[in-house]
Parts: sequence; structure tokens; C-alpha cells
Amino acid sequence: MNKKSSLMTKLAGAPYIVWAALFIIVPLCMVAYYAFTDTTGAFTLSNMADIGKYADTFILSIWLGLLATVICLVIAYPLAYIMAGKGPEKQSTMTMLIMLPMWMNFLLRTYSWMTILEDNGLINTLITSLGLEPLQLINTRGAVVLGMVYNFLPYMILPIYTVMLKSDRSLVEAAQDLGGNKLDVFKNVTVPLSVPGIVSGFTMVFVPSVSTFYISQKLGGTGTILIGDIIETQFQTANNFNLGASLSFVLMILIFICLAVMNRFSDDDDGGVII
Amino acid sequence: MTKKTSIGSKLYTALVFIFLYAPIAVLIIFSFNSGKSTSVFEGFSLYWYKELFNDAATLTAFKNSMIVAVVSSVISTVMGTAAATAIFGYKNKLLKSSIMTVTNIPMMNPEIVTGISMMLLFVFVGSLFGQTGTLGFATLIIAHTTFELPYVILNVLPKLRQTDPHLAEAAQDLGCTPFQAFFKVVLPAIMPGIISGLMMAFTLSVDDFIISYFVSGTDSQTLPIRIFSMTKRRVTPDMYALSTLIFLAILVLLIVSNVVSAHGDKKLSKKGGAKK
Repeated sequence: MNKKSSLMTKLAGAPYIVWAALFIIVPLCMVAYYAFTDTTGAFTLSNMADIGKYADTFILSIWLGLLATVICLVIAYPLAYIMAGKGPEKQSTMTMLIMLPMWMNFLLRTYSWMTILEDNGLINTLITSLGLEPLQLINTRGAVVLGMVYNFLPYMILPIYTVMLKSDRSLVEAAQDLGGNKLDVFKNVTVPLSVPGIVSGFTMVFVPSVSTFYISQKLGGTGTILIGDIIETQFQTANNFNLGASLSFVLMILIFICLAVMNRFSDDDDGGVII
Repeated sequence: MTKKTSIGSKLYTALVFIFLYAPIAVLIIFSFNSGKSTSVFEGFSLYWYKELFNDAATLTAFKNSMIVAVVSSVISTVMGTAAATAIFGYKNKLLKSSIMTVTNIPMMNPEIVTGISMMLLFVFVGSLFGQTGTLGFATLIIAHTTFELPYVILNVLPKLRQTDPHLAEAAQDLGCTPFQAFFKVVLPAIMPGIISGLMMAFTLSVDDFIISYFVSGTDSQTLPIRIFSMTKRRVTPDMYALSTLIFLAILVLLIVSNVVSAHGDKKLSKKGGAKK
């Protein structure tokens, strides 16, 4: 009887295992296949050799992604700390208010920034009505970073907040009882306890920032081309699947390296905290 | 001292929320603009809302989004719940951890890579059968189901861990078949996880642009893809009207789900503060 039930439980996982193999593993193998073949399907390293041309783009993407992630962390950490100290009613309202913009389509959120920052957009209309010179806001790298920070900030706040909420408050009290002042307790107890949250927040902001193409298209103009833009072009307009696949392949590996480095800071296996 | 810091923290919180909501406020205000401008408010009107509802392509895209979201979230919830139950029961550590690693891939991988990897698979398989137009509803639903599955599994697994394993055994001792024991005892216990997984899958599906962008065909445009093609041109405030409606819909959904989950929490346990 027991055997029968365990066999059934095991079988329940079969559809998912088949699905995951077909639609997670095989597609990744396809990326590798296209990356190392030419249009006729013959093995070649020329796509990989072409990657060198895009080294600057890779560096720019990673740099802007890191910048946006660090800014998110700086903004999110104090807010998460404040939230975790509030009463349960206030906490759930604030969580909801943070999630609300997140569920709104990111294309529209980015687009609204475009209309705010435009040459004759909201900010410049205000500035010129005050008799000042209009500013160049759109089509700058700053605008792209702003767009990334705005779009992905909730993904930094929520994991840090969740971890702070879960961590044992009595540890903080114990540290205070043992004579630590506020700063010491914060530095030696609160921050180390929140590391898993920082790590998953970092992942959730860094990955989409590095690989974005819409934000850079809308807010960066032609001056800020990121690696996502180039990959998108290969698949949607240039029809060079092989080059696109090799760029994606390298992007994926670079991101996994970054994440592996990041994960070394946290020994918590439960890392991928989801809201 | 305490009062001073609390004023500082209030101010800080207010600033972050202003940052989060300012662009949304701009969208909502200018959706009621009578003129075409998106920076000068000329007067109140519902013109752009009327315009939006007369736009057949947008309405079709909305319908497509709903079809894909409902079908894919139901498939992923059923398959994901079964998978979570199975994974939870596996004794083999290696098997368990390798399944979890694979499950994490769609969440860790950049969406653009997930999107193009599936596109390549579909195009490749299509070319084997000598077809060119493989991308369409079927591929959209397969792709959405795939990226929703990890979220369902990760919502259900914690609930399984919280469930007392002896309950199912007791039910079987009392004469239930294993099947009955699952549906009568285990399933109700993990239901909150299943429902939050389903809701997450649904919202992720409606919201997804990047993956859909690569795996959809011309006849299967979803709402985000429609928004993308509209924001390519000079945008008129009907997109703002659309955003306002989406915002309201999400607001209502979040409030409802909050009320439901608060109610559920109260009913489920008195452990206190045990949020997902």
C-alpha cells in the first residue's frame, strides 16, 4: 500500500521532468548549437570570434547594470530596514504599495519616464516656464540607469525586507544587552543577517538590468547600445541567429560567473527568496 | 532622539514612494488630457478612453493575453503542484537537487536568453518539418508555462514542508486510497500555496513582454507586444488610458488578494506573523 502511494508520487513528477528537459535543457543546448555553427549547420568558431567586436558593449552593459544595482541597494536598504520595524498593518500596506508598480507593465513605466525626460517633456516644460535653459535629460546614460533603478527597485526592497523580517529580533536585543551601541549592532548584527536578502536582491536587479533592451532603446537613444539591443537586433531584424546565439551564450556565462561570485558571499542555500 | 529619527525615516519613505509613483501619476493625469500633448494639460476629457476602446488591434491583443495567461497558468499550476509533491517525496538527494537546479534556471537566466533559446528550439523543430510559421499561440503557451512553472513549484513546496506527513498516513490507515488521501488531506493543506502560485503565474504571464516578444507570431500578439509596437511610434495618450485601466485593475486585484490572504491566514493558524 505504502509502496503504491510512493510510486504514484514519483510518477506525478514525470510530466514536469519531461517538460523541463524539453523546454529548459534542450533550448539551452540549441543556443550552444547555433553559437557554434554557421547558417548551413557546419561547425564554426567564427561567431565566437566575432564576439570580440562587442567587448565594449559587454563592458558598458555590465558597468551600467552594476551601477543601477548598487544605487538600488543604497535606496532599498534603509527603506527595508524602516519597513521591517513597522507594525504588521503598516507593513502589509507598504508591501502592497511597493508591489503595485511592479505588476504594471514595465514598457509603460519606462515610457512614462520618456515623456517626463523628453526635450519638450514635463521636466523641461517646467524648467523653461521658469525661464531657465532646457536640460538634455533623455538619450543619456544617466537616463538609462534611472530607468533600470526605477523598474527594478522593488526587486531589491522586497527580498531584503523579507530577510530582515525573518531574522531573529532577539539577536539584536542580545547585542544591545551585551553593550553594543546602535551603530555596532547595525553593523555587526543587522547587516550580516540581511546578506541573503542582499544577494537575492542583487540577482533580481542585476540580471534584468544587464540584459535589458527596451530601457536603453527608449531612454538611451542611439548613444547607449547595450548587449540586449544587439541580441534583439540579431533575432528580430538582422536575422543572424548564429551571432545572436553566440552573444547570448557569452552573456549567460558572464552572468552566471557574476552570480557565482555574488553567491560566495552568502552561504544560505535558500538564496532565491521570492516574495 | 527617537522622534527625530522617526521623522527622518518618514521623510525617506515618502521620498521613495514619490519616486515610485510619480511616473504613474503622470500617466494617469495625462490620460484625461483633451489634447494630444503628453506634457501640457489642456483640459479634462475621456476622449482617449473612447479611442482606446475603438482600437480593434488593442482589444484583440488583450483577448490574446487573457487566453495565453489562463491556459498557461492552469497548465503550470497543475503540473507544478504534481511536480512539487513528487519532488518533496523524492528520497534521492542527487535527483532532488538536480531537479531544483534545473527549476532555478528560468529564474536565474536573463529573460532575453530564455526567450531566444525557446525561439531557436521552435524554429529549429519547425524547419525539420519544413515549416516557417511555427511561432504562434502554441509556442507562446509552451513558453509561458515553462517560465511560470518554477514559481508554482516554489510556492507549493514550502506549504508541503509545513504539512504534517502523518496526516496523509492517518487518512490511509482510516481507509482512504493514496489518491483520496492526497485529494482530501494534502491538497486542502497546500491550497494557499497553490493559489498564490496560480495568481503569480497568471500575473507573470499577463505582464511578460521579453519572452513573448521572441516566441509569438503575427497572429498571436499579446498586450505587452501591442504596447511595444505602439511605443515605437510617437505615442498618443490612448496608451496612457490603457495604463490607467491596467493600474486600476491591478490595484483591485491586489486589494482583493490581500483581503483573501489575510482572511486565510487568520483561519489557518494562530502561529502569528507566518507570512509566505
